[in-house]
Amino acid sequence: MSAVNLRELTRRDNPLCEGHRMCPGCGAPTALRQAFMGIESPVVVTGATGCMEVSTTVYPYSAWRVPFMHVAFENAGAAISGVEAAHRALRRRGMFRDGIKFVAFGGDGGTYDIGLQSLSGALERGHDITYICYNNQGYMNTGAQRSGATPRSASATTSPAGAKLPGKLQKQKNLTEIAAAHGIPYVAQTTLHNPTDVIAKVKRAVETPGAAFVNILVPCPLFWKIDPADQTRICRLAADSRFWPVYEVICGEYKLSYEPKKPLPIEEFLRPQGRYAHLFRAYAERADLIKEAQSDVDSDWERLKSRCG
Amino acid sequence: MSAELKCWQDFPPGGIAFGATARQVETGLWRSMRPVLDAVRCVSCLRCWVQCPDASIITDSDARVSGVDFFFCKGCGLCAKVCPAGAIVMRPEAEFLNEPCGAVQGTSPEGR
Repeated sequence: MSAVNLRELTRRDNPLCEGHRMCPGCGAPTALRQAFMGIESPVVVTGATGCMEVSTTVYPYSAWRVPFMHVAFENAGAAISGVEAAHRALRRRGMFRDGIKFVAFGGDGGTYDIGLQSLSGALERGHDITYICYNNQGYMNTGAQRSGATPRSASATTSPAGAKLPGKLQKQKNLTEIAAAHGIPYVAQTTLHNPTDVIAKVKRAVETPGAAFVNILVPCPLFWKIDPADQTRICRLAADSRFWPVYEVICGEYKLSYEPKKPLPIEEFLRPQGRYAHLFRAYAERADLIKEAQSDVDSDWERLKSRCG
Repeated sequence: MSAELKCWQDFPPGGIAFGATARQVETGLWRSMRPVLDAVRCVSCLRCWVQCPDASIITDSDARVSGVDFFFCKGCGLCAKVCPAGAIVMRPEAEFLNEPCGAVQGTSPEGR
């Protein structure tokens, strides 16, 4: 993996410019800015409906320096497939030059749940695209509803923690593995713990011919109920507690990119977040749920390790 | 109403926003805490630059951090947290009431 030179990158305009209306301290613009730092070629971007799409394209302003298209919530995968296929057809007729990259992004709502079938289709057809999921584990644009990416025990507005239920009951689905099961050449999972890791993974994803998928865990200060300034620390805790393993799958070969030397207990990741506050109430600590979260993490990690061979 | 139907080409294109026009939007108005950069302590490791969600850290042609763009900075405080040299401190915006709104610390980016 080629080295990332931040000094060089400061001289390049990022496709995502200033003045977008994302919340202060949001992880999604950080993730996408870092992602685009890994792309040197001209790029065409489509986005699924979500915070990022809504806040970067508040009419009549656009925060994109590159061609950007939004169609609907469920079809970022289909839209980018169409754009890529059209470019390919026009290139055959000599109307476009080579070397244009196609990037779609979506939040976890537009990727894990609503956009899954169009994403799956795009990956299966093998378009030369990169799909980036900025995963904040819920539907943030509409007010912190649960999604398929919301982890167990997190309190969301449609799975609130209360007297009867301790937040969401189900485990989150593992979309990175679902994407890898399509047998596409490049799949990666990362978080904002280390900018060079995000940049290098996206660089590799766009440089790989064929479909690539990158799943980036980003904090949402409103839903996770964390200090906006704590974005990087929380992401480090997610990687260090093995809650969010950082790995890539290159042509079916699993490879860990980051292995915490001293894995932290999952409690360290859960405790700073207000969405888990009901697990840590004085005299009513839900040690059983914390233990369950730990066993989820441990079993996922064991499975991942066995695949990494 | 005339019964004559218009062709799609006769309609003006709808919903096209031109590139990077969001740079006219002063998101700095949201700020309640202001990052103040100590240029002496700053080692230009670019951690604040790479993590800033709003691309508000200004770098010069030498890739050194030269200031914060208060036109865009929303004051999340991320830069102060990731700074390994302690060169950025967050100060309440009330201390800067006499300064013009949207003032830029350091050099101003071109094209605004």
